[in-house]
Amino acid sequence: MNYPENYRYTKEHEWVSLEGDIATIGITHHAQEELGDIVYVDLPKPGAAVEKSKTFGSVESVKAVSDIYAPVSGEVTEANEILGANPEKLNEDPHGTAWLIKVKVSDAGEFSHLMPASEYQTYVGAES
Amino acid sequence: MSETPLSRTPLNAVHRAAGARMVDFGGWDMPVQYSGIVDEHNTIRTGVGLFDVSHMGEIEIRGPEALKLVEYVSTNAASRLALGQAHYSGLLYEHGGFVDDILVHKVADDSYFLCVNASNQDKDFEHIKAHNTFDCEVEFASPKYAQIAIQGPKALSVASKLTGANLAAVRYYWFTDGEFAGVPARMARTGYTGEDGFEIYVAPDAAVAVWNSIMDGGAEAGIKPCGLGARNTLRLEAAMSLYGHEIGASISPLEAGLGWIVKLDKGDFIGRDALVKQKEKGLTRALAGFEMRGRGIARDGYEVVLDGATAGWVTSGSPAPTLNKNIGLCYLPINHAKVGEKIGILIRNQTVEAEVVPTPFYKRSK
Repeated sequence: MNYPENYRYTKEHEWVSLEGDIATIGITHHAQEELGDIVYVDLPKPGAAVEKSKTFGSVESVKAVSDIYAPVSGEVTEANEILGANPEKLNEDPHGTAWLIKVKVSDAGEFSHLMPASEYQTYVGAES
Repeated sequence: MSETPLSRTPLNAVHRAAGARMVDFGGWDMPVQYSGIVDEHNTIRTGVGLFDVSHMGEIEIRGPEALKLVEYVSTNAASRLALGQAHYSGLLYEHGGFVDDILVHKVADDSYFLCVNASNQDKDFEHIKAHNTFDCEVEFASPKYAQIAIQGPKALSVASKLTGANLAAVRYYWFTDGEFAGVPARMARTGYTGEDGFEIYVAPDAAVAVWNSIMDGGAEAGIKPCGLGARNTLRLEAAMSLYGHEIGASISPLEAGLGWIVKLDKGDFIGRDALVKQKEKGLTRALAGFEMRGRGIARDGYEVVLDGATAGWVTSGSPAPTLNKNIGLCYLPINHAKVGEKIGILIRNQTVEAEVVPTPFYKRSK
């Protein structure tokens, strides 16, 4: 699997991309594969605050429910509306159209402390 | 996590080579999914798929008094089995709880073949042996068998291609012994999916060749290998019990809605007195099926809430791919285990509404 080079990654299998002070957050290909067929995605509403390393939502598959942790802190500006009606998109395009939320970050420095793609690749390789 | 290495079936390398996702299933390294749970589930409901269930255990009871021992340790009436017939039954403790749920096959007047749960097989064997005061021998036969389940509406036509036996003539819960894919096999019309199909018992060293023959024979029918994930959603839709979930050492067959496998009139058996007493006193709880009404999926172990208080627990819960609903089984106080009853399921600290519905959730059209 190709993990985009311009994203950063967490040990809990979230990814983040940063443009200006807006972070886009999703779950990784590895995460969706582990979960299997995704049936529900619970996300916060715009305006909600998310805090680094705290859970902000959940993804539920046929076999299990899994918390999603915020890789960075900030305020939610947008939640991906397509996932409400089409949660299976998260299996199909986790690094692209099936992003979860956009966040106005309070500390852009948090981003640079996350794993780059090469490190994450090694991490999931080692984990599986 | 224990340090003990996981047990492997003879098909382990086949699963890995096919890219199956493997999990630790009660100490066994087993495929949980191949193409995906929903895809595999739908394949079984509409076509044909196969499962490696070689982790299941087998126990053979042979000798002049084999029937007496089987009758004494199990709840169903083995004396009513004909040659070549099988039935679902329970092994109970004296107190009426389950040691295991099993399939009993009558091979000959003096020979019975038991299929038991993987993680209970050692315990089952010890339990049966400990009660063997009869003129018969009990053999731990698991090492002699691999088991492959072919399931789905097209299972009969695919399996028939691989044997000279007339499988169409084998009725549901009957079996026949013969050659299958060129090796000696026991072919039983049983399963754990709610669909038609066969469970094929062969020698472990023949398992890979048999598996590949079935895959080849079923290619035209679109056969797919399936994992334990789909097996669980399929059996749940069919409301079939899973040991450690709907049944266990602290649950009696009467509570589990399995009164039909208990034949109190057949004579003495282990657990009979406890069940008679339980029946006289009346049950306090019963297993019930439910559908979620609110948004959410019940999972095993979640609490059931009635009037704000914990009143039971979810034994199994999942989305039901065939029904497109979120379903589950739970224990409820007996007076609430009624179709139409509104119950709450505590899902991640929120009570979500559900309703008791008839089971099985899914029944195939015959």
